[in-house]
Amino acid sequence: MSSTETTVRAGSDQIRPGGATPRRRRLPLRTRLRRDWQLLAMIAPGFVILLIFSYLPILGNVIAFQDYNPYVGSNPLEAFVKSNWIGFGQFQLLFADPAFWHAFRNTLAITAFQLVFFFPLPILLAIVLHSLLSSRLRGFIQTVVYLPHFFSWVLVVSFFVAMLGGAGLLAQTMREAGMEPWNVMTNPDTFILLVTVEAVWKDVGWGTIVFLAALSTIDQNLYEAAAADGAGRWRRLWHITLPGLRPVIVLLLILRLGDALSVGFEQFLLQRDAVGRQASEVLDTFVYHFSIATGNYGYGAAAGLFKAAVGLCLILAANKVAHMLGERGIYSRS
Amino acid sequence: MTATFLRKPPGTRPRRPAWEEPPSPLGQGAKAVLLGLLVLSVLFPLWVILVTSLSSRETIAEAGGLVVIPKGIDTSAYATIFAGGAVTRALWISTLVTVIGTILALTITVLAAYGLSRPGSLGYRWLLAYFLLPFLIYPPLVPKYLVVTGLGLKDTIWALILPPAISVFNLVVVRGFFQGIPSELVDSARIDGASDFRTLTQIVLPLARAVIAVVGLFYAVSYWNVWFDALLFIDRNDMYPIQRVLQSYLLAGQAPTNSGAATGVTMPPTEAIKMAVVVLTVTPIVAVYPFIQRHFVKGVLIGAIKG
Repeated sequence: MSSTETTVRAGSDQIRPGGATPRRRRLPLRTRLRRDWQLLAMIAPGFVILLIFSYLPILGNVIAFQDYNPYVGSNPLEAFVKSNWIGFGQFQLLFADPAFWHAFRNTLAITAFQLVFFFPLPILLAIVLHSLLSSRLRGFIQTVVYLPHFFSWVLVVSFFVAMLGGAGLLAQTMREAGMEPWNVMTNPDTFILLVTVEAVWKDVGWGTIVFLAALSTIDQNLYEAAAADGAGRWRRLWHITLPGLRPVIVLLLILRLGDALSVGFEQFLLQRDAVGRQASEVLDTFVYHFSIATGNYGYGAAAGLFKAAVGLCLILAANKVAHMLGERGIYSRS
Repeated sequence: MTATFLRKPPGTRPRRPAWEEPPSPLGQGAKAVLLGLLVLSVLFPLWVILVTSLSSRETIAEAGGLVVIPKGIDTSAYATIFAGGAVTRALWISTLVTVIGTILALTITVLAAYGLSRPGSLGYRWLLAYFLLPFLIYPPLVPKYLVVTGLGLKDTIWALILPPAISVFNLVVVRGFFQGIPSELVDSARIDGASDFRTLTQIVLPLARAVIAVVGLFYAVSYWNVWFDALLFIDRNDMYPIQRVLQSYLLAGQAPTNSGAATGVTMPPTEAIKMAVVVLTVTPIVAVYPFIQRHFVKGVLIGAIKG
């Protein structure tokens, strides 16, 4: 791209704007194309990737209304064309399937549990971190607690197995002390607690970033004025700090609600063998096991589509509620 | 935030404002315990795993499994791993996926972010909606599986590289940063006759180093951590990335119902070898992360919140 070439083009734009007289104020398409073709060319690779790997699968959801048989054609597209349409048959099967409702209940229970026992923790930690005066200490703690966010779930679960599993450090210490060792990793009764602790360990530090940013934008004069009016530290926390965090809290709550049916796929699939299906089957693992693992694609697609539809409704509803409460939500106008 | 703190000259510690009460010893103690435990919960397992991976068979037997206090260094576990086999191959494949994937994804993201950072350009609104919509609607699992396998990508590294080659979140971050650059700068480049490509490479990119580093780290970490896509798209044992091998070493043996994660390893790995695989999986992240961590707040928050 030589610059002279572009100069000439930019100049010719001004002299001869496209030729035809524009109907509206907008420049004619040809002129705009000539002006913006580089921008369009830059967008093209991302456009293609999204088209193939996001939009095509979204359209591919229609196999939920088919009795999709991958063997009737030589490739998925041909199989799609040749498969029978059966309307809502897959959904009828799905809604009559106790295993599906079991996974659904598990998912909701885990989401609710994490909303109560995980969601407030980053806020709390951010407030504590923010109150540290020593910047070195604070920087060090932040560096350490952000780190697990970058570990894969395989690593996180491996860490927990090494610490708390049947051959792990906890069991080893308990055996040495002459006690009956626990195996926390294979106990279905405490599984919900275990996955929450894992999630907290992995992401509590990372979750503080956005709250720390919000805390640093709160006007210090408010604190000073409140202190002058006789408000103690807890009243300042309640009347200044928390209202200051409110927009961020609402935003993250909405995002969390939108994801209510996605509790984190890998974590559950990885531990499914250890604790059994009863405790660990969530909607995502259900979709995986009843489609790709068993070849029943239409059925899995129906379950996935149901999940996506409910998720989208939840996020729209939550955003609506946020607007009614006078918050910005995730999208305001545009 | 951290960066500026770390660079502050000694002796300029921020003081508590005059109106604030002095902290109670109880409160300070509670804070110290809480934060101390949190930091330990991250560092202690890392320590135990590292020490065990570097311990001899006798030390491990003596300790009864995992070693907390090291007694001498024995690198035989690493020697065994690097002598070749499943782990060495998996490390190569993961490295390949990470390097190619990060470069590709970063290029695609930066180009798209710049292309979408100029309001009023041709198709701007439609293209922006097109790029942001996948943020609300995830690609569903089953059709995505059929698309990737239908393209013949199964059992190739491209099945791991191409589908996540643009992440809408990262796109939003980079685009937000680009839009935060004063428009006078971009406009004056245009008036001087620079093309869009030239403006991007010579004006915008040098200003965006921090955000590029952060987003690059995000991509690199996600490619290094790829596990589920490998479960879906990689059936051949000799194409496994490191996370799949780690899973089969550490987790598959946990329960009697082994979900078909055979790796072709005949001997059960010893405790030291297991922990060495964990160490090798963690190392790239722990090695790169501290250098980029200081850009987090600058890079991500400016990009994401303003955008």
